[in-house]
Amino acid sequence: MSVETSLIRTLIAERFGEAIKELGFSHGVHAFAAPPDMIVELCRFLKEHPALRFDFLSDICGVDHYPEAPRYEAVYHLFSLPNKWRVRIKCRLGDPPRIPSVTGVWRTANWHEREAWDMYGIRFEGHPDLRRIYMWEGFEGFPQRKDFPLRGYKDKLNPFGAEGTPPTQPDLATKDIP
Amino acid sequence: MTEVTELSWPEADAPHTKEVLLNLGPQHPSTHGVLRLVLELDGEYVARVDPHIGYLHRGTEKLAESFTYTQIFPLTDRLDYLCPPSNNLAFAIAVEKLLGIQAPIRAQYIRVLMAELARISGHLMITGALPMDLGAMTALLYAMREREMVMDLMEMISGARMHTSFCRVGGVREDLPDGFFPKIREFCDIFPNRIRDYERLVENNRVFLKRTQGIGVISAEDGIDLGLSGPNLRASGVDWDIRRDEPYEIYDRLAFNVITRDEGDCYARWRCRVEEMRESVRIIEQCLDQMPDGSFQIDMPTIAFPVDKDRVHCSMEALIQHFDLSAYGFKVPKGEVYSAIEAPKGELGFYIISDGSPKPFRMKVRAPSFVNLQALFGVTNARYLADMIAVLGSLDPVMAEVDK
Repeated sequence: MSVETSLIRTLIAERFGEAIKELGFSHGVHAFAAPPDMIVELCRFLKEHPALRFDFLSDICGVDHYPEAPRYEAVYHLFSLPNKWRVRIKCRLGDPPRIPSVTGVWRTANWHEREAWDMYGIRFEGHPDLRRIYMWEGFEGFPQRKDFPLRGYKDKLNPFGAEGTPPTQPDLATKDIP
Repeated sequence: MTEVTELSWPEADAPHTKEVLLNLGPQHPSTHGVLRLVLELDGEYVARVDPHIGYLHRGTEKLAESFTYTQIFPLTDRLDYLCPPSNNLAFAIAVEKLLGIQAPIRAQYIRVLMAELARISGHLMITGALPMDLGAMTALLYAMREREMVMDLMEMISGARMHTSFCRVGGVREDLPDGFFPKIREFCDIFPNRIRDYERLVENNRVFLKRTQGIGVISAEDGIDLGLSGPNLRASGVDWDIRRDEPYEIYDRLAFNVITRDEGDCYARWRCRVEEMRESVRIIEQCLDQMPDGSFQIDMPTIAFPVDKDRVHCSMEALIQHFDLSAYGFKVPKGEVYSAIEAPKGELGFYIISDGSPKPFRMKVRAPSFVNLQALFGVTNARYLADMIAVLGSLDPVMAEVDK
């Protein structure tokens, strides 16, 4: 247990109490679990606290834990340029997955969130421009979900795909993106 | 330089021109691959830029979930195809961390040597391509001449010029070939002088300087906010290099300088890369001097292929080991890891979640080009369409890595 781990843990506990759970330190990254509605507040705290200064957002990653419940997860990797520490924040999300956007904290979150939306259908609320990024407009389904077949669904462009149609959910269809 | 920075946006009372949507790409020589930029033009000024990506999306992350760990190496080759050994290295380190093993020291030296050769190969591309985008064709032709030497060295080591797939979990595929050392020493002798040549080609080229100096400035704060990494961020004055700050493999045994510049413009980004190549040559020379004897592959039959391939033909155990690893792979303990290295383009991270099976449950690639390309939004004083080309070229995105 290094000094920095206890420092990060104490500061988070002071500010957020029991809400943020610690998941331990492994392979150079301190991991924490946070409820989705606190993510913006937590990120802003980690970024702006003078002793922590996690000013660099490395990555936002969507995960599908099918068939576990809660099924989805958004994973944030933060890096502190002055201290050279890394932090991972994990948020489990229900179905349909929704989480506030951190684009207000880091502009780089924009494309990471668009990617997670495109691949997993995680809706980042408050994102300024939540469009698909890799797949084309009008593509149905979210290709990296575990129940999406590896070869896609069969249609006239994809004769080797699996039978069936993607399970579209009306409130998550691409058309009603704000 | 001053002439460009003194220009201002059109005055409000100037005659209003109708805004025009211009589609740049997806097939355009200056977009370095299949990138489509939808530009909103106000006269010759760029009012808004909207990059459309995904033309090269191959679903690397989805595919990886159905591949064994060894099978994923060729997939990582195809991310940033200018420097595959760096991608292999990043993935190998991530899996090794999960397994709790380390490659033998000789293997680490070989990997670092190849990663630095890859850095030279990747940086040579932009060294030549940025001047070419701006009309100076000569630099590219010379850069390709030296890149050919790097490709020959790659071929000598691995048998492949581009997609080397030379790393393995716990080592590298085979030992360095005979006659490799004189060949690479020759390269190290020649190359620094050639770098000087590129600089001289461009340093007095007034067109190139006017089109890059003071153009596309990204401040350090903006760069961090936009997630820039690698030479792009160092050109804005942020002194951060993962090789030095979170040393992996044997980088803590090597002496090298981290190149930074303060201007943050297109020229600084280009210059940073040119100077990094000199440091790479220094690192390669140190690797050659320090190269220890020993095995190139970890001695763990459950993870690594038999070191002596001939044994497969005469030993039952070796045959079973080889077959088992090829057909089923090896199991990786349950857990998750995020491991980042300093790839030529910036922070290349692999986030792997393992559920204890021989295939990753989830593999996320933090592709530096993907994040760097986003910085097109944060660039200031790139107003003309022609400046956009300089900015795009200096950010050096490789579309295969952007689209994963």
